[in-house]
Amino acid sequence: MKKILVKGKVKGTILKSQNPINFLGTVDKKTGIINDEHHDLFKKSVKDTILVFPNGVGSSVGAYTIYSIKSNNSAPIAMICKKVDLTVATGCALANIPLVTITEEEFSSLENGKKILLDTESSNPITFLE
Amino acid sequence: MELTREEESALKGEQGETMQTAYRILVATGEATDAEKLVPIEWAHLSGVNYNTIGDAGEEFLSSISKDARVRVKTSLNPMGFDIDNVSNYNLDDNFISKQLSIKQSYETMGVIPSFSCIPYEIFDIPKEGTQVSFAESNAAIHANSFDNLKTNKESAFSALASALTGKSPYSSLRKETSPKLTIRMKIDNPNELTYGMLGFFAGKVGDESVNISGIGQMDRRSCKSLCGGMGTSGTCAKFNFDEDDSESEKVDFDESEMNKVYDELNTCEKGDLITLGSPQLGLEEISDLAIRLKGRSFKKRCMIFCPRTVKEQATKLGHTNKLEQAGCEILSDCCTCLTPLIKKEEVDGVTTNSIKGAYYLKNSNGVDVNLKSLSEIIEDETK
Repeated sequence: MKKILVKGKVKGTILKSQNPINFLGTVDKKTGIINDEHHDLFKKSVKDTILVFPNGVGSSVGAYTIYSIKSNNSAPIAMICKKVDLTVATGCALANIPLVTITEEEFSSLENGKKILLDTESSNPITFLE
Repeated sequence: MELTREEESALKGEQGETMQTAYRILVATGEATDAEKLVPIEWAHLSGVNYNTIGDAGEEFLSSISKDARVRVKTSLNPMGFDIDNVSNYNLDDNFISKQLSIKQSYETMGVIPSFSCIPYEIFDIPKEGTQVSFAESNAAIHANSFDNLKTNKESAFSALASALTGKSPYSSLRKETSPKLTIRMKIDNPNELTYGMLGFFAGKVGDESVNISGIGQMDRRSCKSLCGGMGTSGTCAKFNFDEDDSESEKVDFDESEMNKVYDELNTCEKGDLITLGSPQLGLEEISDLAIRLKGRSFKKRCMIFCPRTVKEQATKLGHTNKLEQAGCEILSDCCTCLTPLIKKEEVDGVTTNSIKGAYYLKNSNGVDVNLKSLSEIIEDETK
């Protein structure tokens, strides 16, 4: 764990991307589905996942997209990044989505489809449940 | 992060809910960017204005906080979804128009200057060298840091709004003097603005926070804007240096092969049904230049030109808008190619543009194909 940007405790399934995410324009605000055909999560929905990705990119308005997908109940329940950017940090802060950054090793250990418990208050914030 | 007693008090909610939210955003942002404190800023530029981008959640949020939130510093505003003077020509639904007008009203109530422009650096006086500002619009933040001697983080819509409401911003590394770790060696001869846009797009992908570029000659304003627009689209990078002495940094070349990769990613058709110019919006210099280059010519298809309202007013006084309209151009103020609701995939298959930023959002947000051409090629091929 490198940093805790937004605190919280959630249990869920990892949706992992190796690509950065540009929330504005590539994530559908209503469904949470990624609609950029060049993205490795193309056609997948971020709804109710623990979204693990390297970092956010692109226009700052993406913060409102995070707030929008949360309002439409299509947001991830937590986000985990290698590197944090301002769009994701502020979007998560306002939408109250737990957000942490992790090391390269921790990032490699988080596999797509695995169930984890994320508890930012715990001394061991990420616990594998299976 | 170290906060003053007053900042702590605001964070605890002792100065009201709006200030608490604003400080919570600043603190999250500050922690994210390794800032040790907050610093005063003199000018905020907000994004998150177009109803197309912020949606109902944004509209409701702004309507709610505008009841008591007021900006504490000079604050300018990004484009919205339409030109209020000719909105009836574009077949927008009533819901869009009323939500957009509500957003406009919320910002005005908070005391924001209704500039509706993504080029604040071109329509306002630039403060003295080294002034701390908070610019959310990505091309404007990059332009401010790289060409205007100002200092800004690449703010998000929320952190810039929080800065406007508090007059503070995290003291993050882009505000400090640091050297880029990466140098891009420009290897393309005779670049035009489209080349610079592709260079920017490449730089955003490979660069981290700031990037050095060597081998670049004199750029005109159009090329500078294109470079900033391209970089803001693809990455988190928010500052260019232009040092030829790149001995300390890692090197990567921007050559024909890299340029073709960017072109192939963004150019998805060979012919547009209409042309758009302006993302970033055109300034007076570009409008004047265009009016001269279009003398005696007219477009063979629709050509939409996006510029700030103040630029259109000046251009009208100088007789340029008249000339451009005679050449078949539609001139729109208050809005921009980027995320426009005025171009719908039900009505348009492909758009021709010289904007890398416009191309990216037309493809990914509007869902239309894009034909990339430089302005010279557009004038050559699309006018008679």
